[in-house]
Amino acid sequence: MLRYVIKRLLLMIPTLFGAAVLIFLLMRTIPGDICYLRLAAGGGSVVQDVLDNCRRELGLDQPMWMQFWTFIKGLITFDFGKSMWTNRPIIDEIALRFQLSLQVAIMATLTAVLIAIPLGTIAAVKQNTWIDYFVRTFTIAGIAMPSFWLGILIILTILVTSKAWFGVPWMPPIRYVPIWQDPWYNLSMLIWPALATGYRYSAVATRMTRSALLEVLREDYVRTARAKGLYEKLVINRHALRNALLPVVTVVGIEFAFLMGGLVVTEQVFNLNGLGKLFVESVLNHDYAMTQFLVMMVVAIFAFTNFVVDICYAWLDPRIRYTR
Amino acid sequence: MKWKKSVFALPLAAAFAAAGLTAPADAQTPKRGGVLKFVVPDEPPSFDGHRETTFALIHPIAPFYSVLIRPNPQDPDNPAKFECDVCTEMPSPADGGKTFTFKIRKDIKFHDGSPLTSADVLATFQRIIFPKEGISSARQAQLSMVESVTAPDADTVVFKLKHPSGAFIPALAAPFHFIYSKAKLDADPRWYEQNIMGSGPFVFDVREAGARITGKRYDGYHHKGQPYLDGFEAIFAKTQTLRVQAIRGDQAAAEFRGLPPKSRDDLVAALGKDITVQESDWNCLLITSPNHERKPFDDARVRRALTLAVDRWGGAEALSKIAIVKTVGGIVFPNHPLAATKEELQQMAGYWPDIKKSRAEARRLLKEAGQENLKFTLANRAVDQPYTIVGTWLIDQWKQIGVEVTQKAEATGPFYAQLRSGNFDVALDFNCQSVVNPLSDTSKFLGVAAGDQYGRYKSQKLEDLHAKMNQIADVGEQRKIMRQFEKIVLDEEAHNSISLWWYRIIPHRSYMKGWKISSSHYINNQLDVVWIDK
Repeated sequence: MLRYVIKRLLLMIPTLFGAAVLIFLLMRTIPGDICYLRLAAGGGSVVQDVLDNCRRELGLDQPMWMQFWTFIKGLITFDFGKSMWTNRPIIDEIALRFQLSLQVAIMATLTAVLIAIPLGTIAAVKQNTWIDYFVRTFTIAGIAMPSFWLGILIILTILVTSKAWFGVPWMPPIRYVPIWQDPWYNLSMLIWPALATGYRYSAVATRMTRSALLEVLREDYVRTARAKGLYEKLVINRHALRNALLPVVTVVGIEFAFLMGGLVVTEQVFNLNGLGKLFVESVLNHDYAMTQFLVMMVVAIFAFTNFVVDICYAWLDPRIRYTR
Repeated sequence: MKWKKSVFALPLAAAFAAAGLTAPADAQTPKRGGVLKFVVPDEPPSFDGHRETTFALIHPIAPFYSVLIRPNPQDPDNPAKFECDVCTEMPSPADGGKTFTFKIRKDIKFHDGSPLTSADVLATFQRIIFPKEGISSARQAQLSMVESVTAPDADTVVFKLKHPSGAFIPALAAPFHFIYSKAKLDADPRWYEQNIMGSGPFVFDVREAGARITGKRYDGYHHKGQPYLDGFEAIFAKTQTLRVQAIRGDQAAAEFRGLPPKSRDDLVAALGKDITVQESDWNCLLITSPNHERKPFDDARVRRALTLAVDRWGGAEALSKIAIVKTVGGIVFPNHPLAATKEELQQMAGYWPDIKKSRAEARRLLKEAGQENLKFTLANRAVDQPYTIVGTWLIDQWKQIGVEVTQKAEATGPFYAQLRSGNFDVALDFNCQSVVNPLSDTSKFLGVAAGDQYGRYKSQKLEDLHAKMNQIADVGEQRKIMRQFEKIVLDEEAHNSISLWWYRIIPHRSYMKGWKISSSHYINNQLDVVWIDK
């Protein structure tokens, strides 16, 4: 198992390096100039000296290879530098946003798992009954409905119903407070985006659970377990579900990593000051340093999540750790 | 002679008052207490007002600072009502209008307890007008008429101008001219980019990156009894839908940039008497800039045809229902004494009252220029209000004379990169200014001499007229020259054309009192006179 873990960890290095090269080159193909944007995008003009000075300060006058080396050196030494847009340390800019994105990702994942596994299991066990049809309709709706749109509907519903019931419209808070400072305030803000994204996420996972379980339920060893006279509950939980969960774990892992940086529109809808919003703003502002760091962070999260998924695979199915 | 009675100010005041643009003062007695929450569409890149040009800096940061002079918060569009903030009284121009001496109040302290003196005011304006190497000053050009700034004693600051200029006082009153501490600037000229420490009505409290900035009442504020609020909280909210919902759900009392008509109507329908709407013409306009270095836009006939095709009078009514534009105008802010009257406008290409005749002339000009089948791309910013809406409308207008146009809407970065490189046919550029100051604001139409004019034309005649207009004090003379200048820009050479002037709509919670709308989203945001009536 240890060899397996080390092998998986080492495989992350070329992935991270490839991503670093790609993002470095891609950012420099976008037309525009951070200095001009920062100093004159409001419609004014800026003299060449000031532009040159700005570029010098940001290191943009250096040759490309030097800029790349600075970037890689920063990654290796964990010196992530400063945002080119705000000139503040990247770590400071990200700290609060990371907390928020992580909390939303965890809450959405919990919502999804709590919905997906029971629903997917029931739908598979009760295949082609009204329960199955209901679950399938529920999941198709979840996949078809963009979470940002669902988010807007949630906010509007809250506004309209609160006005109807209490006489004054109420909407979820629009600024983040960490959960340990004010749990009620925090949850009253984050529960809604977690539900909106968790629903879509659960729809994917429910369908995956259902189809994987249906496949496993047709396996010989399940038939054998039933032939031995085991309780149906035991057959499903111990023999079928555990094996059916392998693809579900993959989906959950990938979605979790996606939620950490990909909730761009949903974050806008709920005014979540998360990593997705920061990502878009950094690209629009041509903040190379921030964008590169965020991409590398998301790549690292994906790589780490995949690593955890692989470990889970090995735990769920011991054959994997022996054969790889 | 006080400034209020000067030749520059009186006619302007009378004309503005006649135009009904002044607002009555709030009759209620202000109450103390409460925290005002408002939403801001963007976060500023830095905290340095001298460097930045965005309203995203003004809304959350202006309440921390004092300025030398400012528009009257209760009558912010009245050009005769500039008032002192850190000075004792508005000065009378001396030396034939070339010297302005400001006396600085002695009772002002920065938030760190140090006294504010003329040395701080001097250091501030030296930094703005004569920045040292490596310091960027966004409004240096607007104060280019200043020859020197001196502080002969601890409570006097003297501005000497190269020539008399009606543009000086409005330019000096720009809301970005925060008074900084000389000691801080001496220690680090760029200290204010990352830090906040002023002498304004509120003391900096918290900044959460990307989320909010908060301020607490400064008890030592020099305008006695103010501010009325205990504090404020500026919450950054990027999407317009969310900002509207935030006001509706009372997570915020206002958004000070401006919302479209539909949002106003939705809020009024949902909140009734709990929402108050203030509206004003807006000192912002969209400018169609044909690239003079690219054929066929080097031909004045083609440029004239493009402006002749646009039905501004008809479009104003329809567009004002869906977009933040409304008023037909020339290059000067509508209803300003220097602005063209309706009759004067109707003499110029693109403003004729008979649109059929105008479009027939446009077709004739295109035919004469051999451009009956003209096709081009309109470069635009990918921002709905009002850029892409007005862009789409213009495309339809040009279609009426057989011109086929494709809109290419891009994010701000690539959009300006394209404009600067000259790789475009026609662009929809904008000009947004703070204090209405036509003598300065119209410099955008100087062509390459303006620095930020992307039409790529050069006109010595325009430069001479503009310089002349800026060096005379008589408003009547200024107006005459302005008409000549405008006629060249919009009609004879059609270097640029104006679509419609923007229209500012601010729906805010009715409990927010004391705030008056102005013609700019940059001014009147110190919040010292705002109070909450709950």
